[in-house]
Amino acid sequence: MALDKDNILQQLAEIIAEETGIRPEDITPTKSFADDLDIDSLSIMTIFTLAEDAFGVEIPDDAVKDLATVQDAVDLIANA
Amino acid sequence: MIAGTAVRPGAQILAVGGVRGSQRITNEQVAQAIDSSDEWIRSRTGITTRARAEPDVTVLDLAEGAARHAIEGSGLAPTQIDAVIFGSVTYFQQTPAAAPTLADRIGATGAAAFDLSAACAGYCYGIGLADALVRSGAATHVLVAGADKLSEFVDPADRTISFILGDGAGAAIVGPSSRPKIGRTIWGSDGAKAGFVGQNLGFREAFAAGIWPTLRQDGPTVYKWAVFTMAKIALEAITAAGLSPSEIEVFIPHQANLRIIEQQVKRIGLSSEVVVATDITETGNTSAASVPLATERLLRERPDLGGKLALQIGFGAGLAYAAQVIELPTPADV
Ligand SMILES: CC(C)(COP(=O)(O)OP(=O)(O)OC[C@H]1O[C@@H](n2cnc3c(N)ncnc32)[C@H](O)[C@@H]1OP(=O)(O)O)[C@@H](O)C(=O)NCCC(=O)NCCS
Repeated sequence: MALDKDNILQQLAEIIAEETGIRPEDITPTKSFADDLDIDSLSIMTIFTLAEDAFGVEIPDDAVKDLATVQDAVDLIANA
Repeated sequence: MIAGTAVRPGAQILAVGGVRGSQRITNEQVAQAIDSSDEWIRSRTGITTRARAEPDVTVLDLAEGAARHAIEGSGLAPTQIDAVIFGSVTYFQQTPAAAPTLADRIGATGAAAFDLSAACAGYCYGIGLADALVRSGAATHVLVAGADKLSEFVDPADRTISFILGDGAGAAIVGPSSRPKIGRTIWGSDGAKAGFVGQNLGFREAFAAGIWPTLRQDGPTVYKWAVFTMAKIALEAITAAGLSPSEIEVFIPHQANLRIIEQQVKRIGLSSEVVVATDITETGNTSAASVPLATERLLRERPDLGGKLALQIGFGAGLAYAAQVIELPTPADV
């Protein structure tokens, strides 16, 4: 069963919040991981490995390296 | 009919010694050539300096120093050591092996001696082997050395791995015990990922091109494996020792990156009171030497940790890994 993007955003925000301490309500689609949320590449890798487990999908490491915004991440998970 | 050998109930680490390269290379010194910075290196790896040896100090010299240190701590005579295992990827001679020369230099006359190539997992592979050799009766006192002079594998212009690498050697003496003080080793490899970390060229190809090979890695992929796959292996080692994560008192992982170490603590579910080895910050990544050097440092700075239950795990190029729970040596064991 494919999750809708709102659900993905909500669950992903929880994972990010748990990993980084950022408040879930601050994790909105247009935010950039690096510039707005100050999440570095190693934390991104951690977050997406946790997301693979949570959503039961496989996300290639190379795709993770190219993510810029929270919306990119939601799309990637929705299409995985 | 072949006669059986008396097996022993357990083995233990009697003492640990170590030697670091004498120079402390700062982040500024390595950052320039790779368009990096002290801040970037600290925040991504926790490293503030890396230990590097003088050009005329060989990997065998480092190993000899560590071995002498460990033997002294064990209270044994060198001649009581009947097996020498030398784990390294930076002894640049295929034959003869380094271990017989090391045995000779330290006075372990006639000991069985062989080299072991498992990169950053080398020491933990060696401890697993030594435990098996002692329990089976094949050896009584085994010297396990992990030594690497990674500065000889460094390309100053390489951004992927060179800036984390250091030089050093660590050694342990493993001997008999009336009960197990080394838990079952959980070890393995994943050769499908061989290309993720290692030499950029084999020696034959490199020499044909007139160059010396250096190390490269796919950092993000190795990071993910080191955190998530190694946390599972660590949990298996804890279970194999009949323990639960909350019972682990000391955590001594391969010193590759402080961020990996912090994540491993979390993913394994170790207690908030666990003492965590962080020698990486000063010494850098010394491959096979990193776990024994981190152990040596902990026991020097915190002698009260003797007798405590420690989880150790080595992982790296191969990919290869090994983990076991040990009881840290105390002077009373001697
Ligand atoms: C090596 C390691 C620190 C690299 O960090 P990383 O965050 O994964 O680096 P990435 O390759 O994803 O690159 C992220 C950014 O940092 C930059 N970068 C990479 N290496 C850099 C360096 N040495 N200095 C400065 N910037 C660097 C990249 O150019 C990239 O910039 P961009 O986002 O503007 O494109 C990290 O992957 C790591 O430690 N991995 C574990 C490997 C390990 O420990 N191996 C030993 C096992 S034995």
